[in-house]
Amino acid sequence: MSEYNFAYLDEQTKRMIRRAILKGLAVPGYQVPFASREMPMPYGWGTGGVQVSAATLTPEDTFKVIDQGADDTTNAVSIRKFFENTAGVETTEETEKATVIQTRHRIPEAKLREDQIIVYQVPIPEPLRFLEPRETETRKMHSLEEYGLMHVKLYEDISQHGAISTAYAYPVKVSDRYVMDPSPIPKFDNPKLEMDAIQLFGAGREQRIYAVPPHTKVVSLDFEDYPFEATKANHPCDLCGAEDSYLDEVIMDDAGNRMFVCSDTDYCRSRREAGHVGRLAEEDAA
Amino acid sequence: MNAQTQFSGGFRNAPVDASHAFRAAMTVMARPGEIRDLTGAEPPAPLSIAAGTLLLTLCDPETRVHLAGEADTEAVRKWLTFQTGAPIVAAAEADFAVGRWDDLMPLNTYRIGTSEYPDRSATLIVECDALEQQGAVLSGPGIKEVAHLSLPDIAVLTGNAALYPLGCDFFFTSGTQVAALPRSTQIRAEG
Repeated sequence: MSEYNFAYLDEQTKRMIRRAILKGLAVPGYQVPFASREMPMPYGWGTGGVQVSAATLTPEDTFKVIDQGADDTTNAVSIRKFFENTAGVETTEETEKATVIQTRHRIPEAKLREDQIIVYQVPIPEPLRFLEPRETETRKMHSLEEYGLMHVKLYEDISQHGAISTAYAYPVKVSDRYVMDPSPIPKFDNPKLEMDAIQLFGAGREQRIYAVPPHTKVVSLDFEDYPFEATKANHPCDLCGAEDSYLDEVIMDDAGNRMFVCSDTDYCRSRREAGHVGRLAEEDAA
Repeated sequence: MNAQTQFSGGFRNAPVDASHAFRAAMTVMARPGEIRDLTGAEPPAPLSIAAGTLLLTLCDPETRVHLAGEADTEAVRKWLTFQTGAPIVAAAEADFAVGRWDDLMPLNTYRIGTSEYPDRSATLIVECDALEQQGAVLSGPGIKEVAHLSLPDIAVLTGNAALYPLGCDFFFTSGTQVAALPRSTQIRAEG
């Protein structure tokens, strides 16, 4: 294989991360501090997720990495290669075949199973950080379950825009206790946070790990008269015709023509292979 | 069989054995009531294979370990010190404690974390005669509807769950098997 220890990190570092993961699972949504290591990639490129994946992977795992839903972007490709080289694990682009999935900013469209683990890359783990910059204060707010400020923020959205305009990193309350940042996933993905798989969150620069066990109650914050809405572009995918998937908008020329495509590339590919055709798919083929 | 010394009974291939052991430990902690196999270490008696494997997977010089009752033998101390370097401490200071339920009690000796740092609490590794998916009714995070697990003392564990988000977390070990009970689980006696 390589001269690296299995999955790059040394064993003592992995034990420290593993202990943090276990405490995170025991207190769902609570951010466990951990001694994040420097990784051979810059902060902001998923160092937290990579460390959690390194502590979680076994040699028998099949690993998938997505970045904004895509398997073929720079971040996803390099992290996949990193673990091919340092852990020797199988990798895949198919959600169905993966046992561990590391993700940046999306949850796959396919429903995850009991035997799968999803690892989120998190830039700012503290949902209250942009409302209260002091760590001492946000920590106190979590300990007192004082989340009024977050509701004020959502209310200000409504007063300024007529609706809750927060579209990603939409705050959730986990197991009726901790308000948690689900990482910058679109709020379209929020309902999927109640899933069968184990969810682990790693923030490398901010040195926090948190977790949501399977079947845990996860509620998106809202108001009775302004209920939470999982929104997406009102359009089918132009390649596979899916009407239930989250879409990226792609500008096609200077005239303002645009197309919408599934952000989950594996979902889109598997639908096209199954014969589904979208508005622009045939032109592509021609 | 070779005589057990502190030098024997460790992981054969530490990174791989520890990764398998951690996956089992994480799975049971994420899914209270599930029972998994946990092997890799061969600790000196009276420690079970599962308990010894957990200690090797999670403990090192940064974690304080308490050995309770009959688990506190010279052989276990030497083995744990050689294999992990973990300092052996009194119950009140422990990050991990291992032993039989009666030896580990009373539960209020252990650290339960603080309201600002609930993660700074002890994890108890409870040696059991057997683990069965029957008895106490569990519900909460990690459990689809309800799960069942044989628990040593429902009243004490219910009291621990009432401290949430503070409290201790538990692994139950028997032979090569492990189950877990995080503080987030609600417990009812079977009824």
